[in-house]
Amino acid sequence: MSQPLEEMIRVEGGRVLATLVRLTGDFQLAEDALQEAILLALQKWPRTGSPINPAAWLTTTARNKALDQIRRESRRPAKEEEAVRLLDAGPTEPPDGQDDRLRLLFTVCHPALSIDTRVALALRTIGGLTTTEIARAFLVPEPTMGQRISRAKQKIKSAHIPYRVPEDHELPDRLPAVLGAIYVIFTTGHHAPSGRLDARVDLSVEAIRLARLLVDLMPDVNECAGLLALLLATHARHRTRLDEFGGLVLLADQDRTEWDNASILEASSLLDAALRRRSAGPYQIQAAIACLHSAAPSYSTTDWEQIVELYQQLEHYLPTAVVRVNRAAAEAELSGPQRGLDLLATVEGAHRWHLWWSARADFLRRLNRTDEAGEAYRQALTCDMNDNDRRFLEGRLRDLATSADQAQRD
Amino acid sequence: MPKYAALIYTPADTEGQGTPEQWAQIMADYNEFGEKAGAAGVIAAGEALEPTATATTVHVSGGKGGETLTTDGPFAEVKEVLGGFYILDCPDLDDAIKWASQIPGAWHGKIEVRPLMVFDQ
Repeated sequence: MSQPLEEMIRVEGGRVLATLVRLTGDFQLAEDALQEAILLALQKWPRTGSPINPAAWLTTTARNKALDQIRRESRRPAKEEEAVRLLDAGPTEPPDGQDDRLRLLFTVCHPALSIDTRVALALRTIGGLTTTEIARAFLVPEPTMGQRISRAKQKIKSAHIPYRVPEDHELPDRLPAVLGAIYVIFTTGHHAPSGRLDARVDLSVEAIRLARLLVDLMPDVNECAGLLALLLATHARHRTRLDEFGGLVLLADQDRTEWDNASILEASSLLDAALRRRSAGPYQIQAAIACLHSAAPSYSTTDWEQIVELYQQLEHYLPTAVVRVNRAAAEAELSGPQRGLDLLATVEGAHRWHLWWSARADFLRRLNRTDEAGEAYRQALTCDMNDNDRRFLEGRLRDLATSADQAQRD
Repeated sequence: MPKYAALIYTPADTEGQGTPEQWAQIMADYNEFGEKAGAAGVIAAGEALEPTATATTVHVSGGKGGETLTTDGPFAEVKEVLGGFYILDCPDLDDAIKWASQIPGAWHGKIEVRPLMVFDQ
C-alpha cells in the first residue's frame, strides 16, 4: 500500500476515534470499530480511490461496525436500545463545538492516570501508533505495553473518567498533565539509544505533531504555544546533537549551519506572540532559553545574561535538580566556573545523577583542578545513564588524562 | 449514577492521638464536610472506624469450610491506616475527586477513591 494512504488513515484515524469514543462512550468498542473500518478502507480505497472526505467515510463506517457489534453482543435489550440511540442519532459533530481530539487528549492525559500511561495512550489514540511501535519506542516488552494500555482503558471506563475538555478554571490543574505527556514523548525521542534509532518511530516528530494540534485547538492558551516553541527550537538542532558514531556533541561544538532555521523562526514567532499576551509559564521560559541558544550565531556570542535571568525565573516554577544544574551551567558561562561550582553545591539530592557529577567535573576542569575533575567524572560513570552519555563521559575522562599528561610534559 | 468509595487513610503514628481541642477541630471539619456534601446529595454512606488496635483479622485456613484463624490487629502493618470511608454518588471521577479533596482526611492523610463494582444483572 502507498505511504500517503497509510499516513492519511493514521492522521484521520485519531480524529475519527475521538468522535467514536464520544458517541459510544467506550474506548475499546470505538477502537475495534475503527480497526474494522480501516481494514475495509485499505481493501477498497486503492481500487476505488479514497473518498472526498475520508474522515467522514471512516466515521460512518466505524459507527455502523460499532452498532453491529453492540447488536451482536448485547443480551440486554435496554442497554442495546440506549447504545443504538446514541449511535444512530444523526450528526456526528459534537454538541458543544469542542473538537473531539481535544476531549480525547484531556481524557487520556487525565491526572488520575500515570505519566507513562498518558504518554502511551496519547500515542495510541491520537498519534495512531500501534502497541508494537509504542513498546519499541519506549524499550518495553510488547505484552507489558499492551497490558498498560488495556488497563488504562479499563480504568477510564470503570472509574468514569469523563470525556470532556476541562473548563477554563480547571486548566491550571489539568493542562500540565497534557503538556507533560507531550514533553516526555519528545524527550524520549531525543534520548533514543543510537543503535536502534532506525527501528523506532520518530517520537520527537510525533510530539511536535501533538503540540501543534494542541495549539490549533487552544490558540489562546500561552503554555501550549510555549511547549510547541520549545519543541521546535530544540528539534531544530537535532541533526547536530550526535556525531556520525552516535556520540553526543556539546552545544559549543555543534555545526550551527546545520540547524533548521525554519523551525527556529517558527519557534521565535510563536513565542513572541505568546509573550505579548503576558502570562508567562515554565514552557514559555524554556522556549525562550532554547530560542536564545538557537538564535546565537556562535556559542561565544550566546546571550548568557538573559539565559541566566530566564533560568532564575524558571526555578520559581520548577525548582528541580535538572533546572538548577542547567542554571549553574549557564551562570558558569556568565560569571566563571567557580560560580557554577558554588551553585551546584546547593543542589540537594542529585548525587546519584550523572549530569550533576559531569557538570561538577566540567567546572573543576576549567578551574584546572584536574584530579578532582577526574574523580567527579569517575563518580558520574557509577550512575545510571544511557550508552551515549556513558561514551561521552568516558571520552571526557580520557581527554582530561591526555591534557594532564600534556601539561606535565610542557 | 456511579458510586465511589472514598477510603480515608491517616498516618499510623497519629492514629488516635491528639488533644481534645484537636479532636474537636477534626469533628467540626468532618461535620462541615458532612453538611455540605450531604446537602449536595453526594453521600450515600459514611462511617468512621475505631483505631486499628481494635482490629481483628479473620482468615479461614484451607478455603471454604476450613479452620477459622483470628489474628489480633489489622491485616497489614503499614504507615497509613484506614480510618473511615464514605460512599459517594458522583457522575464521574472528576466530581469524585472534587469531593474527596474536601474530606478533612485529605488534608492530613490521603483518600483512595475507588469506583464500586457494577454487577450486570
